[in-house]
Amino acid sequence: MVKSEAVSWFRIYEMFSFQSFHMYGIIGSAVCTGLVSTFLLKKLNAHNIEGTKIGFNPIPFKFKSALVGGLIFGIGWAMTGACPGPLFVNVGAGYPVMLVIIAFALFGAFVHGILSSKLPK
Amino acid sequence: MEFILEPWPWYVTGPLIGLVVPLMAWLGTSFGVSSNLDGICNLAGAGKVSDYFKGDLKPRIPGFMFLIGAITGGYIASTFLSSDNYVIAISDQTVLAISNFGVSDFSGLQPSEIFNWSFLFSTKGAILLCLGGFLIGFGTRYAGGCTSGHSISGLSTLQPKSLIATLGFFIGGLISAHFILPLILTP
Repeated sequence: MVKSEAVSWFRIYEMFSFQSFHMYGIIGSAVCTGLVSTFLLKKLNAHNIEGTKIGFNPIPFKFKSALVGGLIFGIGWAMTGACPGPLFVNVGAGYPVMLVIIAFALFGAFVHGILSSKLPK
Repeated sequence: MEFILEPWPWYVTGPLIGLVVPLMAWLGTSFGVSSNLDGICNLAGAGKVSDYFKGDLKPRIPGFMFLIGAITGGYIASTFLSSDNYVIAISDQTVLAISNFGVSDFSGLQPSEIFNWSFLFSTKGAILLCLGGFLIGFGTRYAGGCTSGHSISGLSTLQPKSLIATLGFFIGGLISAHFILPLILTP
């Protein structure tokens, strides 16, 4: 992630401005690799390290929460130039300010947890 | 050795990220970072405030290990695998657009004018970084996942909800990059 600059605010801004193929290439090829490998795991009847058969449980389809939650996260993503994984990668990469963003992300998750029973699904 | 020190092209990193999906499946869990935010709240004792955060911590352990790995990987890549005078290879158009935000330092991964303590404690910085962080936490948990859990893992396993969520991520990001960032950052 560091080596491809996918954890960079610059790259996220560039992606949302459609000024380079770079990020789309990363996400697209990651999904393709994921698709092929999950297909193979199913085909080969693969088992995980605990010995149970690998299955991919369907996520219950909730349109409103996916779209509204997605929009909210997307706004925060372009503001900070980081999604949750890169927040932690950046701490290691020498940007301690990211710890504050993580703290606020935890606060956001906490508020969501408290409100979750009242939010539309 | 030269290749390792240079920035990596998308076709190296993308497939490596994609391989995390079967790797996590093999480890008996799934690839998704934002659920760890709930996990940390749970660990910090948020269960006392809301039943939402109650539950066994044991299934959370692989996720916590992943976070430790992410921090370590970030450290190793930036300390040992990067050249010293490193300037980000973004497009000229992007450099021009970002210059309008009062950013002139294009060395390193992040704009030093934004990711520093004094900017964080300014009004603009607090709105951008603290509110941004809050929206990441609230939004990902409401959507039930982030870029890793929905856009990579969810799309790889053909989950309809992940497609809607990914659509939301992008629409939100476009609104933010084109309207909110100029509003906050333009001097």
